[in-house]
Amino acid sequence: MRNSLKEDKYAIKLENITMEFNLHREKLDSVKEYFINLVKGDVKRNSFKALDDVSFTIEKGDRVGVLGLNGAGKSTLMKVIAGVFEPSSGKVYKQGVIAPMIELGAGFDNQYTGAENIFLYGAVLGHSRKYMQEKFHKIVEFSELGDFIDVPLKNYSSGMRARLGFSIATMVKPDILILDEVLSVGDARFKKKSEEKLLSMMDEKTTVLFVSHNLAQVKRICNKAMILQKGKLVDFGDIEEISKKYEEMTK
Amino acid sequence: MTGIKEVLQYKNLFFELVRKGIKLKYRRSYLGVIWSMIEPLLTMIVLTIVFGTLLGHHEKTFPVYILSGRLIYSLFSQSSTTALKSIRQNEGLIKKVYVPKMLYPMSAVVFNYILFVISLVVLATVSLVLGVYPTMRVLMVIVPLGVLFVMSLGVGLILSTLGTFFRDLEYLWNVALMLVMYASAIFYYPDTILNSNVSWILRFNPLFCVISNFRSCIFGENIDVWMLSYAAVFAVVSVIVGYVIFDKNKNKFILHL
Repeated sequence: MRNSLKEDKYAIKLENITMEFNLHREKLDSVKEYFINLVKGDVKRNSFKALDDVSFTIEKGDRVGVLGLNGAGKSTLMKVIAGVFEPSSGKVYKQGVIAPMIELGAGFDNQYTGAENIFLYGAVLGHSRKYMQEKFHKIVEFSELGDFIDVPLKNYSSGMRARLGFSIATMVKPDILILDEVLSVGDARFKKKSEEKLLSMMDEKTTVLFVSHNLAQVKRICNKAMILQKGKLVDFGDIEEISKKYEEMTK
Repeated sequence: MTGIKEVLQYKNLFFELVRKGIKLKYRRSYLGVIWSMIEPLLTMIVLTIVFGTLLGHHEKTFPVYILSGRLIYSLFSQSSTTALKSIRQNEGLIKKVYVPKMLYPMSAVVFNYILFVISLVVLATVSLVLGVYPTMRVLMVIVPLGVLFVMSLGVGLILSTLGTFFRDLEYLWNVALMLVMYASAIFYYPDTILNSNVSWILRFNPLFCVISNFRSCIFGENIDVWMLSYAAVFAVVSVIVGYVIFDKNKNKFILHL
């Protein structure tokens, strides 16, 4: 993978990450709009920092809860770590295979069936068809999708998508797992099952980044946590200490 | 060159994307991939009837002439159009996971090319039936077909970059393709134009250069070295330009989806 660190201890290391969006410039869909804006001299303006100078190090095997209000930059941070966004400045170092599930879904194709998406997502994570064939039954079983596995994904509910994504991402044993709001849509039974699965992965030294608004859930799963506020990293440390701070913040 | 290394690293995904392109293209049709052979055959029949009557070409081999041109044109038009849309088509993946983005236009060109190679079976069959028998020269088809692949890849990379920023390009490109079609001598003989003072229309059209040499190989005629070299140079330059502008802009794509 890219920018790997030599030292073994770190799973993810971020150095002074800033992510800036130009609100005006990024949504020019037609040539006409582009030229109008060019003539007006309006093309670059109104920048917005979704992440502002964020640095931290996550060690292998850590399960880190990411806390923050809506718009704090949690999903943007996950996308930068996953490599979906190239940061405006700063550097990301990561080691191993990273399985991201951002904003409820993995990288799925809507026209493909659930079964076909298992192989597609497996390939995204760098696995061969043969390897995925071996895991196939376990994934289908855990996802509890049954006959729906042969239905195109566009007909899935958000809960079904999340279940499929979670099942693939955990069964292929990635080194780093990013879970962004994934456990907030399944039913209570699936949530419980997923939490158990996550805790069982502790022994395998899987590093987990867990974004959720459910503080009780974060406390059960994570051993560390961070708080983001308006794009800035406010605090990072042990779960007990951070969750107390977050409770006070949100009162 | 890091781009090429990355693509090699992701070869599983590359094959998976090629497979996806082929699968989704004929999904829900009863005949599936067989359409890649029936469709050119039917088009050939229609074009032969229309232009054979219209232009008075009653030669027995006229269908072979039409089919060979039409197959190459449709590969070029389909692969460039799919590549143009490839980034938006794979929005679901791009927004959620990191994948070297060059895989998308590349797999689009490759899967169309595979379907094209399958459809060559039809050309071979029609040729034999109509008495166009292969000579040793037929082995030379590898050269124009190779040039065609590189050209499609280069044009595909350029279009996929520009198409992500300007959606209008989709419609504009359709019109451009129509122009290319008429300037490629697919259903008429090029001689009158080649001997007139507007011969540049054909001579500087790289796609015509490929089509013309492809036909020469099939009909056992001499290759036109000048035209083939021109097409080859065009292909290589387009790949280099495509690679550079794609690589420069790939990180901005996500902001335009």
